Formats: sequence, C-alpha cells, structure tokens
Amino acid sequence: MKSLSEIETTSKRASRAAGFSWGIAEEVGKGVRLLESFGFSGIRTLNEFYKDKNILKYEIISSIRKKNKPKKFSFCPINLGVRFLDQIKKIDSFKKVSFHKISYPLLFLPFLSKGSEIIGKKISFKFDKSNILLNFNLNMTSNIVKKKIPILAKNVEVIFLENTDNFTDLEWKNLYKYSEKTFVEETESLKRGAAGAGLTDND
Amino acid sequence: MQIQLRNPNTIMKLSRLGSFHQSKLSFLRSFLDEFKDWEFKNDLFDLDKNGFGTVVYSFKKGTRIYSLICYANKISDEERSDRVIATKWDAAFTLHDGVPTKKDIERLRNEVPRQEVGRLSYKELTLSRANKSLRVFNHVVDRLSRGKQPDLELLNKVGYLYRTTAVYGSGKFGLADRFRIKNREEINGPFRLEMMLVYLVRQFTFDQVNHVAKSINPKKAVELDPKICKNLGIGNSTGLGMAPFIVNHPTLLNNWILSREKALKKIRELKKVKIHESEMFKNCLRESIRNITSWNTESEYQKNKIKNLLKDVRKFLNFVEKKFNFDVDYPFNKIYIWLENKTCEECIEYVVSIMMEPFNHITKPLINEMSSEEEKYFNIPAHRSVKELKNIIKKRYPNILKINFQKKENYKKFWFISKNKEEPRLADNRFEEIGSELEQPLAIARDIKKLYEKLNLSKGNLTIDKFLIKYSELRHVIRRAFIIEKFPYSEIQDNTISEKTIPIDMLRLKLSFFGALKFDPRSDKWLRICMFQGAPLPNELKNFDEQWVYKKN
Repeated sequence: MKSLSEIETTSKRASRAAGFSWGIAEEVGKGVRLLESFGFSGIRTLNEFYKDKNILKYEIISSIRKKNKPKKFSFCPINLGVRFLDQIKKIDSFKKVSFHKISYPLLFLPFLSKGSEIIGKKISFKFDKSNILLNFNLNMTSNIVKKKIPILAKNVEVIFLENTDNFTDLEWKNLYKYSEKTFVEETESLKRGAAGAGLTDND
Repeated sequence: MQIQLRNPNTIMKLSRLGSFHQSKLSFLRSFLDEFKDWEFKNDLFDLDKNGFGTVVYSFKKGTRIYSLICYANKISDEERSDRVIATKWDAAFTLHDGVPTKKDIERLRNEVPRQEVGRLSYKELTLSRANKSLRVFNHVVDRLSRGKQPDLELLNKVGYLYRTTAVYGSGKFGLADRFRIKNREEINGPFRLEMMLVYLVRQFTFDQVNHVAKSINPKKAVELDPKICKNLGIGNSTGLGMAPFIVNHPTLLNNWILSREKALKKIRELKKVKIHESEMFKNCLRESIRNITSWNTESEYQKNKIKNLLKDVRKFLNFVEKKFNFDVDYPFNKIYIWLENKTCEECIEYVVSIMMEPFNHITKPLINEMSSEEEKYFNIPAHRSVKELKNIIKKRYPNILKINFQKKENYKKFWFISKNKEEPRLADNRFEEIGSELEQPLAIARDIKKLYEKLNLSKGNLTIDKFLIKYSELRHVIRRAFIIEKFPYSEIQDNTISEKTIPIDMLRLKLSFFGALKFDPRSDKWLRICMFQGAPLPNELKNFDEQWVYKKN
C-alpha cells in the first residue's frame, strides 16, 4: 500500500512534469492525497488526465463568473480549481455558479473542498446525475463513490449552502427536552450558594 | 525587563544556522526524557557465531509497544559504502508499531535490508541501515575475545561501532504516515521515533560485538565495559538528502528556531539566578571543553571553526570565572551581550545552548511547541493586495532583496532530484551541467527577488488572485511570503544557489536540532556526526544525569 505522503509527492512531481508551475503542482499533490484519503480514485484520474493532456486541448479560465461557458474546449480541472480557490471569497457572493463542460471533474473536487473550509460553508457540486457535498474539507459525501466518475461533466452547478440547521425546530426541541433530564432543579439554598456569585451584583 | 527575540534576518543566515549546537531542546535529549520510564526489553536475539541474524528490542508502557527489528547480514568489504548509492549494508532496521508477529519478521526480512527498493507497511514507523566502522568493530571483537577491553584512544577517536547512513520516516517507502500517530502523547516532538530507532541501534551494536567476541572464545571473552559503551554513540553519514527538508517545511523550521529563541529570551529576562543554576551553567561550560578538544576532523573548514570556538570558549570561561558576578541583575542578559561583542558566531550559539541546561522549567514546555500542522498554513490568502505582499517581503526579506541575481555567481548552483536514488543533489554549475531545467523549487531567495520585481510592476491595490493569473510560476513563493508573515523564522535568509553556498550549513542546522555532536565535514556536501555519545544505556534510563552530554564517564 502506498502511503499518503508518497501519493502527494509523486502527484506533485508528475504535475510539475506535466507542465504546471511548482506552486500549482503542490496544490495538485495535496488534492490527490485528499481524494485518495476520502476513498476517491485520485491517482487513476490524474493518470488519465495527464495521458489525455498530451492529446486534448483545454480551456484556460482567468476570472470565474456566475455563468462560465468555454469558447471551444472544456475547462481544465486544475486551472479552474486553482482559480476557484484563489477567487473563492468573491465567488461565494454569487451563491450559485454554473460551468459548462469541465474535464475530469474529480480533480476539481479538492479545490472545492478547500474552498468550503475557507468560507466556512458547505458546497454542493452537481453535474448531470451526480451530486457531491463538500463539508468544510473534513469529508466529501457523494451518490457516486462506487461508480466511476465521468471524464466530462457537461452541466455543472456549484452551490454555496448557507449555514442552516439540518433538522426541524420540533426535532431540536424534543432532543433538548431529553437533555434537560441531566439538569438539577435549584433549591433556594442551591441558588444562594452554588453559583459562586457575590452578595451583591450592584458593585 | 523585556528582551526582544533575536532578529530573524541575523539568526536565519546560513553561517549562523551552521553554527548551531545541540541543546536541551534537541530531539535525542527530549526523546530520552520522554521514554525514561518506559520498559526496555530484548525480545529476540537470534544471531549466529558471526553476528548475523535477527534481533528485536522493545520499549513498552501500558499497552503501547514500539519494537526495533534488526537484520544483520553478511556483506563483502567491497560492498560496504556509506554513500546513498549503496545497495547493501551490515545491518538494516525498522521500528515496528507494536509486537511483530513471526509473519511480520519474515515479511520484513525480505524488505528491510533492501531499504529504498523494499516496501514497508503502515505498521512500520521508521527505517534505517548502518555499516560497521570495520576498524573499530574488529578491534573491539579481537580484544574482548582475548579477555581484554579495547584501546580507548582508538575508540575515542572514532566514537562508535556503527554508523547509520539514512533514517527514513513519515510515509517513505510505505511507512506509516504521520497522521496515523501524531496524536500519541509520547511522540509529541519532532523525529522522536527516528531518535528511538537510532538509540536502540546503538544497543544492538554493543550486544552484537559482545556476542561475536564470545562466539570466538567462549571461555575467555569478556563483555564490553558499560562505561566504555556509554562513551560510544552511533555515527551517521549525512549527505544533502536532509538539506531540502528545512526549506520544504517552513513552519516546522520556524517552530524549532522560535523555541530556541524563546528559551534564550526567557533566560535573558531572568532577573536573578540561583547559585545552583549558575554553578550548573559554569560546570557544563567547563566540562564541555572536552567535547571541543576531542572533536576530530580532517576538514580544514571545520578545524578552523573548532579552533576559533575553543579560543573563544576559553576566553569566555575566563571572563565568567574571574570577572563576572552572577549576583548582578539579569546576569544571562549581560553574558549574552558580552558574547555578542567579543566572540564568534559559533561560540555565541554554543554558549546559548549551554545557558539552557539549568532551566528545565523554561525548556520543557517549549519542546511541545516544536511540531507543526503545516497543512493549516498552506492556503494562499489570495484576496489580499499586491501592496500588502510587497510590505511583507520588504520587512521579512531585506537581505535577500539586496542580492543581485543578474550576476552569474549568485545563481550558479541548482538543486535537483537524482533519477538513480530519488534523492536531492546540488549541481555546482548550471551553465555547464545538464538538468537545470528540472531544478527543484529550493532557490527561494532568487524567486522571492523575482516576485518582488514583478510586484513592483503591478498596481498596489491589485489582489493576489489577479496577480497569480499572470504570474502562476511564482505561486510557490507567494505561499511562502504569506507564511513568513506569521512565522518569522521560517525561511533561510540566504542564497541557497550561490557559488559560495556551503550546503553543510543546512545539514548542520538540522543535525544540531537532532542532538548530534562532533560534526565532521567530509566535503562541502556531506558530513559525519555522532549521536548519543555519552548517553545513558537503556538500563540506566530511569535515573540518569540530564547533563550527560557534558560529562565524562
């Protein structure tokens, strides 16, 4: 079994060899490490991407807008990922961003994951029939872990989820009631002596 | 009195970093302190009459067990080499997490002796190999087998029976990643398991030499005197492999240096020191002279450094014993100022290390601050402006900005990874050698200067995300500049590719934090050192003299 450290180092070096700058290669190394540690096939996908990179052309993006459509080719997941990460604070204000045609979308996920951590919001990544939730760079949940992630995501939506509860008020109240059973009803004597307050609060 | 931390632009110069010495913060000393109440055992000793076979040692506390598995193999004299290009060694070792099963020992027998081309598993924590100092080993075997102790003069000259030529950890060759073990309390300090491996290897060398001597002459042979064992350490040959480490781990480097600087600051801020504290300081200083005079090297560069060190330490000792009164307020601050004015860099750092000896209450808490969660600082705050980044660079890299990288001599060398061994190397001349197009990102000074020049061409209010669209090739140094803003000691404030760069200064810095003694440069690119010389033996760990580094046994 390869260690995550080996996975990161080799992915970084391979990315440099594929023509990315050292700084971007470092990001890819960390990204593939993250994918593999979460059970996604990062190494396999990076391999396929670099094999194709010699043959296919990719669209390079500078500024990410609310709607992003490439002129001719599909978006490169690494170039797009780096831009996404660098511009995350601005993009967050869009609430929702759409992309048309991202190649090897799996390689885009680590950048979304880190972005989720930076802005402190969950990010939903939807394309075609796939749905992936990025949770503050702590984990990724998906309906496609066991399936092979397609090499092209045609219509992509990235949604920044507001920090809201995942449960109803009623569910919370019911649980809170259970928790109250660990509290002690205060007698007059406990009120006077147990809190550690002074004799007067008006000093 | 408030003392300022020393200026990183002075302390992080290579010549200063290359003058660092071991101290109480060093990893081998903090390892001994942490593991002093662990139970040491020799679980397996299966060597043939020539000393070849398998040995297992362990440290145990509660349910936690670490086991060193040693494989001693026969190699011919021609195969023995300390160079990283070697493929066979006298002995190979791995530190296993827990108690190895017979199956583990057999699995590892096929992998550990092959080192870089073998495969380890997440159950193994560190990996190493070592070669005999044939001259010393054979001499000791010969003497012991004849019922005599070895010639101390020879032993003192070399200082060890074996020297390791590499110690690997943190996920290399399939070893356990650090994340698997980082929350264990006993290894809350850098390189602790690497230190454990080296320490147990030292014990193996004594047990093996005794065993071979006894096999030769069972009736007459004697064991190596424990006092002699104690004065033997483990040698280590170190090449450039570890130099890039300190560049590639900026926050870790910061935390090592910052701990040292904080210790010095707190000691200088002590208004009064107790008599036993000043006496301990003076004793260690006096005793330490022996470490300098027994420091052997063929290197003219190092001989010169040792000569100046000895001269200055003697001058300082004379000052402290005859002219200095520890009753004054802030005595160590006065001492420090005297050192800065009157002695060389090597002596300043030497005495700074000794200053820490009496003050466990200052150094112990700092040991826990010497690790780093580097991932936390990896992201570039790309919403910040060009103006802000320029200010960081101006403040944190003033000396680097003065270097003229138009001059060929200032960028003559280049760092690369060798295809043969996947190890870092430093080529002397980029204008004549091939491979500079595959240069590693270790020329930080040159790239920071380049970044600064490009920032100067950009508008101050431009955000970094926009700057990066145009200058993607500078991303790695932009990250570093934002790291140094928070971690002032994270960067070597020198040019690492200049014609004049002395790379062993980088090695020496790291080795001083390991706790190495007697740096012996064999060229400007590799050196030999000794570790654990004078350290307590495993059966003495429960109650040992913390100042063992300075004591003669």
